[in-house]
Amino acid sequence: MIENRPALTVLSHLVLILGVLIVAFPVYLTLVGSTHSAAEISQSRPISLLPGHHMAETYKAALFGGTTSTGSHIAAAAPMLWVSLVSALVIAIGKIAISLLSAFAIVYFRFPLRGLVFWMIFVTLMLPVEVRIGPTYSVVSNLGMLNTYAGLTVPLIASATATFLFRQFFLSVPDELAEAARIDGAGPMRFFKDVLLPLSATPMAALFVIQFIYGWNQYLWPLLVTTDETMYPVVMGIKRLIAGEAYTEWNVVMATAMLAMLPPALVVILMQKWFVKGLVDAEK
Amino acid sequence: MASISLRKVVKRYGRGPNANPVIHGIDAEVGDGEFVVIVGPSGCGKSTLLRMVAGLEEISEGEIAIGPRVVNRLEPAERDIAMVFQNYALYPHMTVYENMAYGLKIAKMPKAEIEARVHKAAKILELSQLLARKPRQLSGGQRQRVAMGRAIVRQPQVFLFDEPLSNLDAKLRAQTRLEIQKLHAELGVTSLFVTHDQVEAMTLAQRMIVMNGGRMEQFGTPEEVYARPATPFVAGFIGSPPMNLLHGRADGAVFGITGQGLPLPQAAPRSGSLILGVRPEHVQLSSHGSWALKVEMIEMLGAERLVYGRLGSAAFTVRIAGTDPVPRVGQMVMAEASPDRLHWFDEQTGQRIA
Repeated sequence: MIENRPALTVLSHLVLILGVLIVAFPVYLTLVGSTHSAAEISQSRPISLLPGHHMAETYKAALFGGTTSTGSHIAAAAPMLWVSLVSALVIAIGKIAISLLSAFAIVYFRFPLRGLVFWMIFVTLMLPVEVRIGPTYSVVSNLGMLNTYAGLTVPLIASATATFLFRQFFLSVPDELAEAARIDGAGPMRFFKDVLLPLSATPMAALFVIQFIYGWNQYLWPLLVTTDETMYPVVMGIKRLIAGEAYTEWNVVMATAMLAMLPPALVVILMQKWFVKGLVDAEK
Repeated sequence: MASISLRKVVKRYGRGPNANPVIHGIDAEVGDGEFVVIVGPSGCGKSTLLRMVAGLEEISEGEIAIGPRVVNRLEPAERDIAMVFQNYALYPHMTVYENMAYGLKIAKMPKAEIEARVHKAAKILELSQLLARKPRQLSGGQRQRVAMGRAIVRQPQVFLFDEPLSNLDAKLRAQTRLEIQKLHAELGVTSLFVTHDQVEAMTLAQRMIVMNGGRMEQFGTPEEVYARPATPFVAGFIGSPPMNLLHGRADGAVFGITGQGLPLPQAAPRSGSLILGVRPEHVQLSSHGSWALKVEMIEMLGAERLVYGRLGSAAFTVRIAGTDPVPRVGQMVMAEASPDRLHWFDEQTGQRIA
């Protein structure tokens, strides 16, 4: 803000604080819930806003499984977190790799039907997983990829958004750079590796953040292609904790939710600087 | 080092009847170690010609040879050339050292030799202190020198410059011009230098190619181009302020332009539609003169004055010394030029007659 008006400053801070409270309160409630025992949560009406003393055992039960007070089984979250992590990483890295290469081909090579290919990629923006879920499931199932990491990730990897983003980025790289590389004797792949890749570091980081969270939050697709408990991602696990038991262990649900929120939050926090830089400007 | 031969070089964009020709057959021989400047207005095809020599544009017809080798089908890297781009095209993520070493690294040169070459070039260009910097930490002039360094370390047969000075401010441009001249004297590498700036062309060139509309209008030393322009275009393009060009008809001893008849000197052609060219600096205001000039505007430039006026209905400029008596605006003054300072061009063919 250029002008200095105290009333405006107070007001804008008020709005911001209110926004933070609205977003942060459910997270706080989840955190607090995960530190009580199941019995405490079910007995306190309304739910307590102060942390309890059962954090360690709740998280232990959430991570490694256990039995509830009523004797039913709690699925361990640790293997599910691992499945989620692997799928999210494969989706994010796979998307970036494929989009980089396809954008490179579209921008730097002249081949027959180049325009058509670009528009075909572009049109897939209109066909997200949810729209083509039936046929995609049929393909994945026919290829025997149900209950595999490949089944969880491959159909989600192709990305028109990322291809388009890299295409725009490559178009903004001056042509002379490619020409200078040609004169220096760098072939196309050498130019890609030595010049384009380092230049694309910031958009790659920004995309990684977005796509990692996209991959991590997948729910509908894993629900379809996994029937084996060992291949469930954590987002599905949370849902199963709630629906599966007659008596829901809310403290474990909260703890699992906290654990599931952690990796995306870490990715955002660690890559925040790059993320903003990648969306705002690029080193050229 | 090597000579460059352009043989009937043609460039067209597109194919078949819709092809758009931009270069219409250029023949030129650039000698070994020569510094040749290609100059012309924007859109005349000078950069395209240079890029064809570099191998960045395909040659539609004709042949380009560097030394004894015809290079039409060779990749830029195989032509043994180095190019300095207008915007320098430095790799932004590499240091100055890496920028200069990149081509050598790809050529798989031993590390020690790369280092020696880069350090030597850096020393010539006074970049030794800056080797660890990234391009964005450098000023425009420094970037320009890095771009030249990248060309020098390759020790090529030919340097190609594509308007390398146009992104610099006026003072730096003059300074860099001198540096390029010094560098050429030192290294003696055959150089092609493209510019739209005639001052750059005149000062740098050993010989210059003046281009217009995809054709070579003249190829000669700066002195020749100034003293004996081959076409009215060259006459008007080189020299500042530009040469006065008067269109008219010769009839016996009189050259008739709209609104006035000028007596023809002995040597001039005696008939036909002609263009008479005379440089502002070769005209004197004198009461013995036979050309009546109506003064319209006067500009004071310090050492000299430009008198703008009309000869008949044609615009006409005279350059006089700052100390000469100043004519008044609106006055009629008499002017003359020595016959050997007059340039005659055929109106139809556009070629120089005498």
